[in-house]
Amino acid sequence: MNSKRIRILIAKPGLDGHDVGAKIVCRALMDAGHEVIYTGLKKSAREIATIARDEDVDVIGLSILSGAHIPVCRKIKGLVEEYQLQGKLWLVGGNIPRKDHDDLKSIGVDGVFPFGSRLQSIVEFVNEKVA
Amino acid sequence: MTMSASHDRSKKDIPPVLNESGLEIKPVYTEKDVIDSGGFGGVGMPGEFPFTRGIHALMYRKRPFTMRQYAGFGTPEETNKRFQYLIENGQTGLNVAFDLPTQVGLDSDAELAEGEVGRVGMSVDTLRDFEIAFDGIDLEKITVSLTINGSAAILIAMYFAMAEERGYDVSKLRGTAQNDILKEFVGRGTWIFPVEPSMTLVGDTIEYCAEHAPLYSPVSVCGYHIRESGANPVQEMAYGFCIAKAYIDHVLARGLDIDAFASRLSFNFDIHGNLFEQVAKFRAARRLWARILEEEYGANNPKSMWLRMIAGGGGGGLTIEQPENNIVRGAYYALISALSGTQTMALCSYDEAFTIPTEKAARISLRTMQILLEEMGLRDTVDPLGGSWYVETLTNRMEEEIRTVMGEVDGQGGIVKAIAEGHVQNAVSRQAYENLKKIESGENRKVGVNCYRIEEEEQAIEFHPVMQEDVDAQLRKLEAVKADRDAGKVQAALDRVLDDARAGRNVMPSVKEAVKAYATVGEITERLVVAFGKFKEPIRF
Repeated sequence: MNSKRIRILIAKPGLDGHDVGAKIVCRALMDAGHEVIYTGLKKSAREIATIARDEDVDVIGLSILSGAHIPVCRKIKGLVEEYQLQGKLWLVGGNIPRKDHDDLKSIGVDGVFPFGSRLQSIVEFVNEKVA
Repeated sequence: MTMSASHDRSKKDIPPVLNESGLEIKPVYTEKDVIDSGGFGGVGMPGEFPFTRGIHALMYRKRPFTMRQYAGFGTPEETNKRFQYLIENGQTGLNVAFDLPTQVGLDSDAELAEGEVGRVGMSVDTLRDFEIAFDGIDLEKITVSLTINGSAAILIAMYFAMAEERGYDVSKLRGTAQNDILKEFVGRGTWIFPVEPSMTLVGDTIEYCAEHAPLYSPVSVCGYHIRESGANPVQEMAYGFCIAKAYIDHVLARGLDIDAFASRLSFNFDIHGNLFEQVAKFRAARRLWARILEEEYGANNPKSMWLRMIAGGGGGGLTIEQPENNIVRGAYYALISALSGTQTMALCSYDEAFTIPTEKAARISLRTMQILLEEMGLRDTVDPLGGSWYVETLTNRMEEEIRTVMGEVDGQGGIVKAIAEGHVQNAVSRQAYENLKKIESGENRKVGVNCYRIEEEEQAIEFHPVMQEDVDAQLRKLEAVKADRDAGKVQAALDRVLDDARAGRNVMPSVKEAVKAYATVGEITERLVVAFGKFKEPIRF
């Protein structure tokens, strides 16, 4: 059991408007007792980095369904130092083909949760990694 | 123990079954169930009020449903090739997919467009792109549906400008634009402006088409995406109808007669889940819509009362696991769609949960619909399930339920308020969460997902590539068009768009002039944003 509530940012980067999954993950994490900040749609990488810094979150979760996950994650990666996001757990979910998982991990993503991932696996990953 | 007592007890032991909309389903239906649920009075004949059995007397006997697969990706040049391919293979309509920058009114060279150009649909910056995309396509034979919402006014104007350029008479042009902005605030998310001015833009397109393009369908009201966002079948119809009524009320307030535009409103609905629930949903909805138009709006033209629809898709029913199973699901969805008397059919392709469908996947979807028509006898008889005690009972009860949910929305201050404040979004998203939990717990069975799984599945899907050279070509073309056009004319046209928007005049004429001067989608949108502002998303959990 974690002593402190974990603060989690769930963000929708880029122009993709499909937010069913992102909102489901928000609800699952809230039900698990965590504090969740949801950005809403169409946030630029810089907006997401700003919110992550200002809200001092422990976890940044990006939901991407348009297929633009690699360029989006590269942009976020480029902002890690400027916004002091090192050490925050970085998750990506959505329509992420298996062939791209390693590329995302080499960019710096800690956990990839494509369609079909069980909600419990996301909750457990967060609980385990943010101790 | 007597025989009859044991029979009664065995009946009692059967656990109750509820359909997705929450209605209890009996193990056996009789004529009495139909009578108890409202009787046969609303059944009638196809082509006659209240159109429960179909909006046409002969339905597919006279004209089969239009087959209109959603397609578009990369550049207009590439999309044109896919269009030609689908038409050569017997497709009878086009359903155009646009990339996200186009859908939210950004040009390909905008900063936020980076990485998204040509990805989920065709990229459109100027009229030049429409000239290329529809080159060689007979716009009288092939009706075109534009899946566009936030920037719909611009793209509709562009379609008319392109058609005029090619010598078509816009007053005789058929086609459809999705242009249902209210549902974008609930699901799909390609909104740009706040709710009220977004409604004004939809009103502008309806009013403009009523006068200049009376055969064009400027709005296709989508229960589809609301259902995909978590709504059950009853809510899909109820929210869709509340939205359609909001558009109607808006246009009536401009002084138009109901029969001057209602016949050109069309609908887009979703098919997945229980077969009989879907069929009853469509039959109930057809009857209810006719009654609403007659009773509440006093429409006189029967066509104003028609629920014309595209029904199919079923994305929410498809699975990432064992994707080939989606071919089978698609075939059932097509069957439901035909049994429900749809005007147009489109199916999500089996690989669509992963990627833009390959040519082969798109062809399988098309063949699925063609097999129904050519081999299964679905053309022969109108409303083949009509008269079934089960289906008629369910139709009666679904109609009642849809009315009830519509009344609840009205009681809460109406759909526009409920959407602007995020209440509908919150309700459907909570339901989506509950549904997923039921699948994860195994309470709701999903083949390949929580039963009949294959562990360590191989992902044998061919991914649609986004070619950087296509993006570069699109950017070069945009630059060339901008260099080529009359800058003074563009500026003047854009100024007029802004003036009209600020003054509350219908923007369609000035938007069309701007499009014809090769102003970009982004430039026109910017002017409208100056006049209308931007939507701020309400976040509610």
